[in-house]
Amino acid sequence: MSLQTPLGRVRGLGSAGNGVHHWWVQRLTSLALVPLAVWLLVSLLTLPGLDFVTLVSWMAGTWTASLLTLFVLIACWHSSLGIQVILEDYVHEQGLKTLSLVLSGFIHAVLAAVGVFAVLRIAFGSPL
Amino acid sequence: MRARPLSPHMTIYRMSRYSMLSSFANRVTGAALSAGLVLFIYWLTALARGARAYARAQEVLGSGVAKVLYVALIAAFCYHLVAGVRHLIWDTGHGLEKAQSQRSAWLVIGAAVLLTMLCARWAFRAREGL
Repeated sequence: MSLQTPLGRVRGLGSAGNGVHHWWVQRLTSLALVPLAVWLLVSLLTLPGLDFVTLVSWMAGTWTASLLTLFVLIACWHSSLGIQVILEDYVHEQGLKTLSLVLSGFIHAVLAAVGVFAVLRIAFGSPL
Repeated sequence: MRARPLSPHMTIYRMSRYSMLSSFANRVTGAALSAGLVLFIYWLTALARGARAYARAQEVLGSGVAKVLYVALIAAFCYHLVAGVRHLIWDTGHGLEKAQSQRSAWLVIGAAVLLTMLCARWAFRAREGL
């Protein structure tokens, strides 16, 4: 049995004990995006062309498709967390704040789903 | 209970003007990149819908206005990348002294401009499809 008071036990833990979770995931996703985003930019810059055939044959590679899937998921996650903070800071009216936060979350989820589906569809070769 | 990390207390810690501006710019470029992400995923879906859909999308995505937008997005990316790494270093508790953060603000701007010019030069060499 602990002799600590209930207040003493929760002090410093943040609400529900996960006060730093948002902050921590924002850092983790940013860390993952450093190599992923640099890889994507360098790949797009070094491809011999940006025509359909070049792009589709590039994306059909296992590594390319896997890394692109990862990039889409993590970028959407990171963007969702970032936009959330911006909305929380600058939208002051409570109803509008809740609405915009919910909308932003939904839009990011849809973006992630559409992006991953597009990458897989290209990788599995249905457009050709 | 073990000591928990505390952020600099807002009433006694005043960010320097440059740190404040460069941190705010990180937010602005981040928001711009979110818009860029929408564009990127639109581009992916155009590719996924086949050669003809991609050709149609290219009329918009390959236009002069779009190219200006790409340079802006590349600039936003370069800034967000370098400034983001600075934030990660700050999170470890390093580089928060006033003189240090002012110096790194200039370093971030310089590196971002340099990277942007490099990428833009690379992007607009003669290539097929754009």
